[in-house]
Amino acid sequence: MKRSWNASVWVGLVVVFAGVASYPLIFIRYPVTRDFPWASLLIMALGLALLAVGISRAFRRPDAYRGKIFGSVLGVLAAAVAAFFCYGVFYATRQLPASHGAPQVGQLAPDFTLPDSTNRPVNLLGTLHSQFWPEGTEPVAVIGIPPISTPPPAAVVLIFYRGYW
Amino acid sequence: MIAISVDSPADSEKLRKSQGYTFPILSDSKDEVIRRWDLVHPHGGPDGIDIARPAEFLIDSSGKIRWVNLTEDLRVRARPQQVLDAFDAMSRAQASLR
Repeated sequence: MKRSWNASVWVGLVVVFAGVASYPLIFIRYPVTRDFPWASLLIMALGLALLAVGISRAFRRPDAYRGKIFGSVLGVLAAAVAAFFCYGVFYATRQLPASHGAPQVGQLAPDFTLPDSTNRPVNLLGTLHSQFWPEGTEPVAVIGIPPISTPPPAAVVLIFYRGYW
Repeated sequence: MIAISVDSPADSEKLRKSQGYTFPILSDSKDEVIRRWDLVHPHGGPDGIDIARPAEFLIDSSGKIRWVNLTEDLRVRARPQQVLDAFDAMSRAQASLR
């Protein structure tokens, strides 16, 4: 009897890798699948299930299915890849400083002046207290016509991000 | 809205143009403000450089902080609705004082 190459093992491996790759390529763009990576985990679980079926067949029916050795090796590889993914999304990305000294609700924001992306200095409290020119605009001086301006903002949302995007 | 990172003004301008952002992106290349606000992530960047940990603040017109989001996970950031809800809560609190 011709022994099958046990497609379930190979398809399972590909599905596990696809599940891992799906996170940075697709699901990370949407908060609903980024914050908890359920979609990627589902795909990986399907892949691991296919691998388990294939490996089980190889051991229960070695006369019909190949894969006792390669199935076991690929199964361990797929499990390691899935474990590494889980390490990344459930542990590594949570290794952040506690920032106990960060300004808290009710405190005055520590003022600062930093250059914007056109090297123009921007003062935090200055943006709240006076007219603030939108990024990239310049006050145009035309005789007899006052420069265009915007009223002071009601609030500022300040976002610190990691950079290197 | 104002964004801050350790990126240079030139890199920030590239990002701003490529994404079509209209808000200012400030450059804190020496981590001075990031350190003063205790938001430094030591060796968190490429080649082990110190960068900012993700954080969002809502600051009212008097300079007082009304809402803070210090995420516990790099992957999880404030969603727009959270910021809008914080702004609405701030506006209601200010209106009730008048």
